[in-house]
Amino acid sequence: MSDLLLKLAEAVEFGKVDKNAPYPPQLKGQDGASELTQQALEEGALPSAILQDALIPAMDKVGQKFSENKIFVPQMLLAAKAMGAAMFHLKPFFQSGDIKSKGTFIMGTVKGDLHDIGKNLVTMMIEGSGWTVIDLGVDVPSTKFIETIKANPGAVVGMSALLTTTMTSMQDIVADVRKEFPDIKIIIGGAPITHDFCKQIHADFYSPDPQGAVKYLKELAA
Amino acid sequence: MKYKKLVIDNPQDLLFGLAPKPVKTPRGLEIGGGQVYSELNFTLPTMSINENTIKEVNRHYAEIAEGALQRALDLESKGVVLEFETLLEMTKTPQIGIDIVKIMNDICEKYYQKHGLACEIRLTPNDLREFERPALQRTSKLLEPMFELFDKGSLAGGDLLSIESTGGKEVSDSALMMCDIKGMFFAMIVLGVRDMQFIWKKIVEVAEKNGKIAGGDSACGFANTAMVLAEKKFIPRVFATMVRVISVVRSIVAVEEGAIGPEKDCGYEGPFLKAITGIPISMEGKTAACAHLSPIGNIASACTDLWSNESVQNIKLLSGMAPTAYMEQLEYDVRLMNVALREGKASASLLKRLLEQSDIYTDPQALVLSTENVIRISKKLIQGDTYIENAKNGALEALDIIEEALASGQMKLPEMETAYLPLLRADIESIPANESEFVEMMLPVLDQSHFILSEYGL
Ligand code: B12
Repeated sequence: MSDLLLKLAEAVEFGKVDKNAPYPPQLKGQDGASELTQQALEEGALPSAILQDALIPAMDKVGQKFSENKIFVPQMLLAAKAMGAAMFHLKPFFQSGDIKSKGTFIMGTVKGDLHDIGKNLVTMMIEGSGWTVIDLGVDVPSTKFIETIKANPGAVVGMSALLTTTMTSMQDIVADVRKEFPDIKIIIGGAPITHDFCKQIHADFYSPDPQGAVKYLKELAA
Repeated sequence: MKYKKLVIDNPQDLLFGLAPKPVKTPRGLEIGGGQVYSELNFTLPTMSINENTIKEVNRHYAEIAEGALQRALDLESKGVVLEFETLLEMTKTPQIGIDIVKIMNDICEKYYQKHGLACEIRLTPNDLREFERPALQRTSKLLEPMFELFDKGSLAGGDLLSIESTGGKEVSDSALMMCDIKGMFFAMIVLGVRDMQFIWKKIVEVAEKNGKIAGGDSACGFANTAMVLAEKKFIPRVFATMVRVISVVRSIVAVEEGAIGPEKDCGYEGPFLKAITGIPISMEGKTAACAHLSPIGNIASACTDLWSNESVQNIKLLSGMAPTAYMEQLEYDVRLMNVALREGKASASLLKRLLEQSDIYTDPQALVLSTENVIRISKKLIQGDTYIENAKNGALEALDIIEEALASGQMKLPEMETAYLPLLRADIESIPANESEFVEMMLPVLDQSHFILSEYGL
């Protein structure tokens, strides 16, 4: 891999968004993910190589470090931000078809539930692994999930619930979505959710953490 | 802040079961009056709440109250508080919440009349305003059902009124995840304090009108969220400690507005409030493990007046229903504290010391809860001419305490944690004490689409 891509991977791994970003201190004043991506494109690097060889492996490393409790969430968020800054320059190539996203992931916290910290972590990790993520926010009804799936055929759906009283709302939404899209993949999570519950409501996959979801999606995309 | 002097300034006087300003309830509890009582917290198992299930919902709450009070009676309890934390539907349609209060209150009354068991209900409506984003803290239509529940629910038997209000949460949600302490100051000490002033005036009005007790407000969505995130190793423990300490300045506003305690259980800011204002408090620790893990299992009870758990679902365990089992656990903890109190100061101080020493150096969040450190930090929290200055002084003192414990070798923290200490200090020191200066400093760096200043009177 070229020096430039190595540098880009480092910028993303350590959360250096752009040259002006004060964080991390050890990269102060140096180019960040935004500048490095631009330079790589100017030097003729393939957009797909930038994504596959620099950005995704960098986020992989970040996810790994996070699973091993070697970094905290802010470091992960900054890395995601740096990745976002790089992706900004790659956007046109997604539209032109030069690079393909691994797929679209639609995520929301179910109707009646406002807990979103866990959901946000999950979307961030999945985005970092190369999926296009549509985050529907919190308190999301069936209709909104269905509408969004219609607009994004082939998408995978994720749902989060933290309250025992919104687990039933999750059950209803899964049923509503299944009615219209019998084969769609649905993954669920949240503190009160279990494997048994997943089976019971006919969702496809449950994971207690974002890493499990990333792994599952990786296998789906393969 | 109104308070310029601590009501309790000697750590030895900060003790479980004893508050300088005890609160008497209609059925005869004297909270902080010389003994500790259990406060049971409970919730529904997996189910939805709607017209079709409402009978079943009511049945659950009746079963919870009946089971818990019978067990308390069997264990010769001296008194119990049942905390009814409402779920969305019960506040949105206040009649649902009011009916549940009635159902549980009838059971309380039965146990009181028949067996003399003193039992009260703490009614904690959930703050519906967080369903609107950006939040309409002052003009939301959702304030109507919330206050209908406060009003009619208190008349139906919810004698202690509380809330976990959410002013500033729209800013703190992302500040927490970014470990942005300045953002947390803005969320809690600017927006939070202002919203507390607004909402607690209204709650105190209801309490006074109905002859009920305005309890208190915990910074659950801020400081407890921080603690849970730190326990999951998502954010540093030292950061969560700072959030807890500054939350005192936010939560004390309820008392300034007329709340008299008991402070709510998930507010580990309670010990500071007790030292500063003298009100009785409620705390939860190892007993909250049914809902979330924590690093302060024992030390949390060192100076509490009510000893509580966290929402436990009404599900069947091998011993019986879970809330009944938790009632038993609380009662045994409380018995121990009460026998120590009865034996006199020496026994009570010994028990307190053991509760403190078993946790103190295992986590900075426990460290700041030892009664000695509570007094040290509280002295700083009342120093200053603005709420921001109060919070800054308290936080810096807590940082000193953490650094001293590290330097002495009594507490050990990984490099990942200690790296945050100088960053936190620099950030906290950079905050201007003047509110408008601080707002000016923060506005350009915050996402202003998330909050509406005028909803906070700014
Ligand atoms: C923080 C918190 C809040 C914050 C939420 C802040 C926010 N922006 O999200 C605030 C204070 C606002 C809040 C409000 C309420 N809460 Co709350 N809250 C919590 C708490 C303490 C932690 C939740 C959390 O953020 N954890 C950290 C995150 C990172 O973990 P997580 O969400 O579990 O997510 C992880 C995994 O589960 C997984 N995951 C999550 N989603 C998904 C999805 C997929 C697809 C996958 C693969 C994985 C996955 O990945 C994440 C990362 O590892 C829990 C306790 C608990 N045990 O969870 C109570 C808790 C869930 N809340 C509870 C209650 C009662 C409430 C309120 C009703 C309180 C009230 N009376 O006001 C309101 C309800 C509002 C509503 N309608 O939603 C109860 C629930 C009881 C019940 N019946 O179920 C709990 C258990 C606490 C208690 N009181 O005992 N709460």
